Amino acid sequence: MNPKPRWLNILDTLTTIFFVVAVLLVFVYAPMERTMGAVQKVFYFHVATAWVGMLGFMVAAVVGVLYLIKGEQKYDIMGLAAIEISLVFFFVAIIMGSIWARPIWNTWWTWDPRLTTATIVELIYAAYLMLRQGIEDPDRRARFGAVYAVLGFLSVPLTFISIRMLRTIHPVVVGNSDPGAEGSFSMSGPMKTAFFFSLFTFSVLFVDLFWHRFRMGKLAAKVEELRLKISA
Amino acid sequence: MKNFRNFIRALTAVVRKDMAAEWRSRELFTAMLVFALLVILIFNFALELDARARASITSGVLWVTFAFAGTLGLNRSMAIEKDRGCLDGLLLAPVDRSAIYFGKAISNLVFMFVVEIVVLPVYSVLYNINLVNPQLLLVIFLGSIGYVAVGTLLSTMAVQARTRDILLPILLFPLVVPVLIAAVKASGGILQDFAWEEIQGWVNLLIVYDVIFIAIAFMFFDFVVEE
Repeated sequence: MNPKPRWLNILDTLTTIFFVVAVLLVFVYAPMERTMGAVQKVFYFHVATAWVGMLGFMVAAVVGVLYLIKGEQKYDIMGLAAIEISLVFFFVAIIMGSIWARPIWNTWWTWDPRLTTATIVELIYAAYLMLRQGIEDPDRRARFGAVYAVLGFLSVPLTFISIRMLRTIHPVVVGNSDPGAEGSFSMSGPMKTAFFFSLFTFSVLFVDLFWHRFRMGKLAAKVEELRLKISA
Repeated sequence: MKNFRNFIRALTAVVRKDMAAEWRSRELFTAMLVFALLVILIFNFALELDARARASITSGVLWVTFAFAGTLGLNRSMAIEKDRGCLDGLLLAPVDRSAIYFGKAISNLVFMFVVEIVVLPVYSVLYNINLVNPQLLLVIFLGSIGYVAVGTLLSTMAVQARTRDILLPILLFPLVVPVLIAAVKASGGILQDFAWEEIQGWVNLLIVYDVIFIAIAFMFFDFVVEE
């Protein structure tokens, strides 16, 4: 068996430290936003989790293509790992967004393009997991998974555009905001530090989890292989 | 050139086979049509389609009907290939596999069009609203292409899974959301007599979707039928 790599231990420790620092930056260092107050703090981790979600779905699409070209099992394991992690992070982002939206938009939920697209994204990747569950043959499961991960990722921008053609109220804090957006604000220096550090921390967290999940996936593949050998 | 002619011959052979099988059994068409009419009937009670509601809701009702009936057709059309090993037979044929994909996609499209061609006048008569309109037909044409392009690829995947019948709608609907939104909006605009400029954007979106997903399905079909 392969023991846990030393670098992974180091990465675990670093991730923990970064996370503590990020929490301190968000709650202590960054100033209170003038109009929204404490609830604005949600923003830092909301964007960071959503970012990790999109990152993972993108990784899954890229390794999906790689799998279809090269047919190596490790790409399949990576794809599943990325999607599982991202599904959770994206869901967390949606929940945090709801918590923020309740006082600011005066509702938990609205059918805004981003929110709607986020829901559809969650459904796409839930369907991905169901597809994998329905197929026993590991090789076919990997191929179908890769194809669906790419299809799903390509449909997301189109979904977003199609819903965007109706109006939006979601604020865009980084970049240009729609004049109709509600709950927008501009970031001061310390806020920016906290924000970008959160993004960084969650990216590191993603890499860390991804690594763990990848190792677990490899072990699971080995178990499956051994089981097939016994039953054969 | 010779390659292309072979491709077209293989493609038409697949379409002809499907049409002949359907002409003799008529099971797919009847099932889809009866199902579509039932959906419309249910909507009639569920939404109380009175004269005022109709103008704004008709396009939504139509597209939900087409989408549901379409899933039924896609599932069945692939399941009959899988059941008695017909798909393996098709794959053994020394032709380009994308010809099989396009053949199946065209057959599925034809089934969908036939159902739509029957549903539209029936709906027009039942609800006293004129749906036979060239612009609307164009939108339905484009929307059905996008739906079937993705649907044929996914139904090929779904029939090879253990959970096949329930899997297709779950795989398909989240991916065709852009088609459904654009088609519903465009059809709604046409039925409410909006200017073409307001509908143009949705039609463009449909065309973009069709082009992207036909290309993707063309590239990926090989991986989905590989043994």
